[in-house]
Amino acid sequence: MYRYDEFDHAFVSERVAQFRDQVGRRLSGELAEDAFKPLRLMNGVYLQLHAYMLRVAIPYGTLNSKQLRMLAHIARKYDRGYGHFTTRQNIQYNWPRLADTPDILAELASVEMHALQTSGNCIRNVTADHFAGAAADEVADPRPYAEILRQWSSVHPEFSFLPRKFKIAVTGAERDRAAIQVHDIGLHLKKNEAGEIGFAVYVGGGQGRTPMIAKKIRDFLPEEDLLSYTTAIMRVYNLHGRRDNKYKARIKILVHETGVEELAGQVEQEFLQLKDSELKLPDADIAAITAYFAPPELKNRPEGWEALARWKKADAGFARWVDQNVAPHKHPDYGMVTVSLKPIGGIPGDASDKQMDAVADLAEEFAFDEIRVSHEQNLILPHVALADLEPLYRGLLAHGLETANAGLITDIIACPGLDYCALANARSIPLAQELSTRFGAAERQAEIGELKIKISGCINACGHHHVGHIGLLGVEKKGAELYQITLGGSGDENSSIGEIIGRGFEPEKVTDAVETIVDTYLGLRLEQSETFLEAYRRVGPQPFKDALYGATQAAA
Amino acid sequence: MSDKVLTANRLSDGISVWLDASGQWVENLQDAFVARHAEAVAALEASGKAAVADNKVVDVNVIEIEEKDGVLRPLRLRERIRAEGPTIDYAPGYRGLLGPFEAA
Ligand code: HEM
Ligand code: SF4
Repeated sequence: MYRYDEFDHAFVSERVAQFRDQVGRRLSGELAEDAFKPLRLMNGVYLQLHAYMLRVAIPYGTLNSKQLRMLAHIARKYDRGYGHFTTRQNIQYNWPRLADTPDILAELASVEMHALQTSGNCIRNVTADHFAGAAADEVADPRPYAEILRQWSSVHPEFSFLPRKFKIAVTGAERDRAAIQVHDIGLHLKKNEAGEIGFAVYVGGGQGRTPMIAKKIRDFLPEEDLLSYTTAIMRVYNLHGRRDNKYKARIKILVHETGVEELAGQVEQEFLQLKDSELKLPDADIAAITAYFAPPELKNRPEGWEALARWKKADAGFARWVDQNVAPHKHPDYGMVTVSLKPIGGIPGDASDKQMDAVADLAEEFAFDEIRVSHEQNLILPHVALADLEPLYRGLLAHGLETANAGLITDIIACPGLDYCALANARSIPLAQELSTRFGAAERQAEIGELKIKISGCINACGHHHVGHIGLLGVEKKGAELYQITLGGSGDENSSIGEIIGRGFEPEKVTDAVETIVDTYLGLRLEQSETFLEAYRRVGPQPFKDALYGATQAAA
Repeated sequence: MSDKVLTANRLSDGISVWLDASGQWVENLQDAFVARHAEAVAALEASGKAAVADNKVVDVNVIEIEEKDGVLRPLRLRERIRAEGPTIDYAPGYRGLLGPFEAA
């Protein structure tokens, strides 16, 4: 697997030393907050309602057990015994002391981790399909390309002061599990007829207060042109992106205001200048980085089939977990395991230090030392032999990590909301907990099938509510919390932005409203296999409006 | 005028604090100095400026509160959550209003 190189190592150590000095000068009063704030943000340190927050980058969501144990250690030693995995495949700590942050960063650096570019108007952590390297429907592993982009964009002098933050996502499979169409740049790996690898390139997607689906500006970009073409996009954005208004500064607004053809033309023109520059990627470089991501050697383990059938028969809980949380792997004797961080009634995305240690141990024993963080705020063990599923399940069960709900109605994404976040209008987590409890019965979840609820505590949309099948947005009305409901969003290969269904609901009424929506769906679906999203796309919002607000009122 | 208190986050660890009558920053809103008229609010604002200049705290704000049965409560939910802690049971050792976090 990829090891960050000596340059990274020296650079990160230098940055930690620099930050230690800056924190020291801040605490002694030599540096004022105005001068210090941009410096702490460059190192991932935010201020929330109750304390500082540290955001640690997990490039394309990939971790080994040593790194996950370090994350556990930091939670234990410097925080309150837990961390929060986010929709950007990062982890956030909610209670670090400013004075400790240099030590935390130094400890992270010892396992090749850091908090660089987790804030500010730069190219942020590049995200990727959490099943990368394992999925059966994959054309190629997206992580080598994400890594090439990471190396290229790290402290890139030209792109460190963009008009606004910039997010890139890469997927390598037919099914888009990285929500690339709601990123500033989305890259979809594919093969052309000649069998060569390239990318479909999307630009200008995003969430926040002006959600937009990205536009495709290239159907096939050869892999060697990845950096030159991306640089061309960045240059057009850096030059023309709006710096006068923070709310209009993302590339999505530029794409929208310029028009996609005009913008694509500008990018192509810029690209012509760069195409044969030193940004062209030599095959040898791609091969060298790809080698870091070589899959583990997966021995044939056909004995797992028989054992699995036997275990499933003996234990209904285990059977449910396998059916819901284990997906087919490229290798037929293996599976991809979702370790749910969504216990019924629990806090989405939170994991205790003990749970992190447990997953690290289990990954070492059963999963070739590989762990992923998914943008759906779960952990993934991408390579587990079917023959090892039962002992793995026992290990997860011992730590409350066996919830069988991947992709179901209780697999809720929620941002920190008003329980932590200084920008929030309303709470997200208690609502997620109430919904999870309401729909938590296994039979009920199975009956409902795939349904993604996503909750944000304000319009910044960190909880992806715009692309939730059911999206919940917290707003403030007359000093109280109110939740707006959107329906029909999705963040996959057929992305769509959810539509606001009507007036919002008070905290004590919103769970009932969601239940009404779910019951309406159950009543109108053609058959059990028609998912909520499919049904919504077929019938539109009206039946749901009628059910929520009454037929007369909705028509008015 | 509604009653007011001065709040901030402590520089060294970011913990929410309120200004008490002796000019100390305390972790419990109930110990805060309550300004009940314009001059007292002006004094709070002056203390806030001085505390920022003194690098003791960051993000200083005068906020509105009400007193009911001797208990102080901010008017805005945001400030209530700052004063009372997250409304969720986020980790063993969290005791909400019963007192500060104690590692389990
Ligand atoms: C202190 C906490 C946080 C702050 C201050 C913050 C701030 C923001 C802001 C201002 C935006 C809007 C950007 C724009 O529209 O231009 C945003 C978007 C976003 N944030 Fe956060 N956020 C926080 C926590 C999180 C967390 C916990 C997650 C992951 C669970 C997250 C993931 C995202 C995502 C996915 C978006 C939308 C994608 C986009 O940029 O279009 N953020 N955040
Ligand atoms: S969506 Fe709003 S409330 Fe939620 S984390 Fe983002 S900024 Fe905070």
